[in-house]
Amino acid sequence: MPVAGVDIGSLTAKAVVLQGREVLSTSLTQTGHNSRVAGRRALDMALDRMGLDEGSLGFIVATGYGRTAADFAGERITEITCHARGANRTHPEARTVIDLGGQDSKAIAIDERGKVLDFVMNDKCSAGTGRFLEVMASALEVELDDLGSLSLESTSPASISSVCTVFAESEVVSRVAEGAPKVDIIAGIHQAIASRIYAMAARIPTNEALIITGGVARNIGVVRALEQKFDTRIVVPEMPQHMGALGAAIIAGEHHE
Amino acid sequence: MADEKIKSPKIQATEQMKQLITEYYIDAKTTKLPEGSHKPICWITSGGPVEFLIAADVIPIYPENHGAMCGAARIAPGLAEVAEKMGFSRDLCSYARADIGGALTESGAIPGGLPKPDFLLCCNNICGTVVKWYEELARIFDVPMFLFDTPFIHVEKPEHATEYVRQQCLELVKFLEERTGSGFSLERFAEVAMLSVEAVDLWKGVLATAESRPSPFTCFDAFIHMAPIVTLRGTQKVVDYYKLLKKEMEDRVAQGVGAVHDEKYRLIWDNIPIWYEMRNLGNLFAENRACLVADTYTTAWAVDIRIEDPLTSMADAYTKVYLNISIDIMLEQLVELMERYEADGLVMHSNRSCKPYSLGQYDLSRAVAERTGKPSLIIEADMTDSRVYSEAQTRERVEAFIESL
Ligand code: SF4
Repeated sequence: MPVAGVDIGSLTAKAVVLQGREVLSTSLTQTGHNSRVAGRRALDMALDRMGLDEGSLGFIVATGYGRTAADFAGERITEITCHARGANRTHPEARTVIDLGGQDSKAIAIDERGKVLDFVMNDKCSAGTGRFLEVMASALEVELDDLGSLSLESTSPASISSVCTVFAESEVVSRVAEGAPKVDIIAGIHQAIASRIYAMAARIPTNEALIITGGVARNIGVVRALEQKFDTRIVVPEMPQHMGALGAAIIAGEHHE
Repeated sequence: MADEKIKSPKIQATEQMKQLITEYYIDAKTTKLPEGSHKPICWITSGGPVEFLIAADVIPIYPENHGAMCGAARIAPGLAEVAEKMGFSRDLCSYARADIGGALTESGAIPGGLPKPDFLLCCNNICGTVVKWYEELARIFDVPMFLFDTPFIHVEKPEHATEYVRQQCLELVKFLEERTGSGFSLERFAEVAMLSVEAVDLWKGVLATAESRPSPFTCFDAFIHMAPIVTLRGTQKVVDYYKLLKKEMEDRVAQGVGAVHDEKYRLIWDNIPIWYEMRNLGNLFAENRACLVADTYTTAWAVDIRIEDPLTSMADAYTKVYLNISIDIMLEQLVELMERYEADGLVMHSNRSCKPYSLGQYDLSRAVAERTGKPSLIIEADMTDSRVYSEAQTRERVEAFIESL
């Protein structure tokens, strides 16, 4: 019997439907102002794609900040545990998960079974999060999705010293005024984020087997900057945004058994 | 995650405690009224040697205790804003900000605010902030301040440090004689010290009942029931009160009554409570079957005083409090606490207000992990300034931590 994991994040809600080890379907939708509705919508979208309905599911686990509102779920688990389990499923060799989400960033140390050993979070400021990049993209008048590829064109990244969204925005504006090329400014932003994440992750044991999850993982510029900082290759899974939902679905599967 | 909320049993002695504290504040407030004589009032820091005041028949008032009340009543941020508007930094301890705000606006958690001081007793064994804070109070109220200076203990306490503090005890006696206009009775002081020792011993006994499984109370209960030991130790009432509380806890242990339903995890709390979040946090841990069995905060009042030589041992005890010792000694105490209470982990409140308490927590958590193999969780908040706290994010951390245990 299929099971589902629903991850209701601050910006997007995601669902994964799982049968055994096989991912049957996924979905992604904006969270908006109502977590419960968003979670349900994500679930329905994923089910629709397979022509399934909720009754055909063996168990549902909810995760993410909106999980408490997910009354349709049989259990609620934190996204830290879920990201760890998801990452462990797709990349069993991974021992450090860096999750860069919409509104916070985390580094999670895990063991060979995907159990959380330790974690750190930055939830006090938006540095390194999707929200931060959104603000930067709009300050630079480029598309969010283009930030990554643009930054790879840079030859001499501008120096952005602040990772506070408000200060960095004004720094970006002054770099623009100084005539620095956009690509260099974007590369500078990514480096600033990478330094910040690196400093945060230093509080827990990290090793070379790094995997990055969350929406920001789709930004190749941030990934490259992190690789430089950590001096190692970082794995980007196929569906970085769905790792939390995948982990939730895996736990749902265990419940169902 | 348990969805159903299972209520923890209510501690019966709470009513008596509330009454005790209410009476204390009513006494303190009404002694100033009407004209005629009144008992002198002294504002004192939480780690200060209150026994001298009690012996001199001076009413001690603790701005920090009041700060905690303002925090719990969620009015601290408003009072802090008054101080902030005057130019006090938001990085300053929120007890100080709320207290200065309350002093200036004559408001707070008790109607009309705290009764005005006739003089101040500032002991810097908890931090350096209190010195500047009390100097500000001395200006606001135009009253004298006595600074009781306790040297920081880096490795071991040198003999001369005890002597230095003992000398100050004598100076404090003189100061009190001048302020009250009557002689200080060493006999009365010994009596007070004895009652203080008795209360402290009882309090230690209460805390020790949490060694049993399940624990009969949580640190959230201890945070509430510590009020008398902080404010009124050295009086008979407090001794009586803790006898009552201890008996109730011992009964719970005998009957196997736990504070947390189906206790599974035992944790230690570090730092001052998050006063405005006590109930929510208590529920959150309880829902996850985690009991905070002990903490570094309420044990801070479990100081040893030897009755044979009250002055020297008092000098000794007040110098050795938790915030006046180096991180290495703190670590030893933490490890001891973890082992004694058979804890599964450590929950550290990284308290934006209290630097001496929060600095070094990451190192401590690492060292505790090395020594005991137990993990820690760090919660970022402030003891009374709810403006720097996020409930959703704290829930995330707490639940993830418990899931990983
Ligand atoms: S800084 Fe800490 S020790 Fe000092 S008064 Fe504030 S809370 Fe108390």
